[in-house]
Amino acid sequence: MNTTRREMLVAMGAGVLALPHVVRAQTGAHVVVVGGGFGGATAARYLRRADPGLRITLIEPQQRFATCPFSNLYLGGLRDWDSITHGYDGLRAAGIEVIHARAEDVDAAARSVTLSDGTRLGWDRLVLSPGIDFRWGALAGYDEAAAELAPHAWKAGPQTQLLRKQLEAMEDGGSFVMVVPEGAFRCPPGPYERASMVAHYFKTHKPRSKILILDSQDKFSKQPLFQQGWQAHYGEMIEWVGQSDDGLVAEVDAGTREAVTVFGTRHKADVLNVIPPQKAGVIAERAGVADQTGWVPVVAERFESTLVPGIHVLGDATIAAPMPKSGFCANAQAKVAAAAIAADLAGREPPPASFANTCYSLIAPGWGIAVAGVYRASDGKVVEVEGAGGVSPLDAGPEFRRAEADYGAGWYASICADIWGAA
Amino acid sequence: MIHLLSILLLAAGLGAARAQELDPAAVQVLAGPCANCHGPGGGSPGAIPAIAGLPADAAAERMLAFREDTDPSATVMPRLMKGYGEDEIRALARWFAETPK
Repeated sequence: MNTTRREMLVAMGAGVLALPHVVRAQTGAHVVVVGGGFGGATAARYLRRADPGLRITLIEPQQRFATCPFSNLYLGGLRDWDSITHGYDGLRAAGIEVIHARAEDVDAAARSVTLSDGTRLGWDRLVLSPGIDFRWGALAGYDEAAAELAPHAWKAGPQTQLLRKQLEAMEDGGSFVMVVPEGAFRCPPGPYERASMVAHYFKTHKPRSKILILDSQDKFSKQPLFQQGWQAHYGEMIEWVGQSDDGLVAEVDAGTREAVTVFGTRHKADVLNVIPPQKAGVIAERAGVADQTGWVPVVAERFESTLVPGIHVLGDATIAAPMPKSGFCANAQAKVAAAAIAADLAGREPPPASFANTCYSLIAPGWGIAVAGVYRASDGKVVEVEGAGGVSPLDAGPEFRRAEADYGAGWYASICADIWGAA
Repeated sequence: MIHLLSILLLAAGLGAARAQELDPAAVQVLAGPCANCHGPGGGSPGAIPAIAGLPADAAAERMLAFREDTDPSATVMPRLMKGYGEDEIRALARWFAETPK
């Protein structure tokens, strides 16, 4: 009797002490992924492949996810809305539980996340891929109400559709004014691809119209290639004003659709597109992983928070320079994090991190450009492999530009299949 | 010159050491970003060539030609391949050769 009882107690004690470890090392460890975009949905998928025994739950508010990549082509009339939205049937078929709710709070000590429907989920590892949120009010005059008049369209969704409607309603000869924010922002070449696609739409439907880009920067991503393409396809339609030439906007009036520069120059728009200053998605703040910059520092080898161990953060929310804030990078980071999480839960050493990026931009139909980079991790930081990467050659001919336009479309088909495609 | 030579020898030594270290988990991570353009498992659904099931030797030679800028039809691949060692390129070629088409 005593022996049996002692054995039981020993077994129970061992169980209490060792069970969580055993569970994590084999099957049944629970990984919760917040965000069903390029980072989060990839992480869920590649965790499933890395360890079929894991329980994986993906939290994403939208039933169908509209991608920022290729949303500029929608604005330009080259893509319909359905072609840039993706559902979660493929992830469900892969054995991932998908919950359409918003993650409202994270308790890192209790290892739980609370959802907008009141559910509280426990996790062994948490992956946050929350994208960006806006610093409402950081640009005077621009808040959520103003965004209904002067859309940002910097999260793909109703805002993108609103901007498209405004462009369609604009008279020929009107002016489209875009404000490019200070600080790090999602998709560094995005504003300039957007200007290109709006120019394509104007050239096709409203050829007397003008485009003005008011920029907080003096240089921008792939600048010589964009400016060469603008000249070739749109002549003088697009005017870019850098910071030193009074491009920095201090205030907007969404009601009158005016942007006012720091030197007081007022620009009146028929369609005003304000890309606001940005920070990591708010759940990052609530989880305690964002620092005073508003972005999330991570250990590059695992894309794990430097502030809260056990929480991995991916994509636009992170401080990952020299990697840009791109969907491609979020996907590449997710694969590294998934491999590291699966290895760690199984008690193995994570494999060395390796990342790449290729960002295609479309300037006109059949005229694409790209920037690429290859990255590794060293001492917790992302490092760019010297001698690799770079932008498309400026002196390339139309065949090269056509190939990169085609490959851009090919990239979109491939990465969407990788993330949201059939299991 | 001696300094340069020693660096080259050191680099060659490191390359050889790394070739022995490339375990499947490491190659899988190296192969991760390939799928972004060439599709899941290298089976591209769109305009970018599929790479699943290509013979390993031919695929490695093509990637090395990209890296050395000797493929005139290339666009972005030379920029990417310059970020990988020959041992890594050969491991990637074997990886996708073994992936079903």
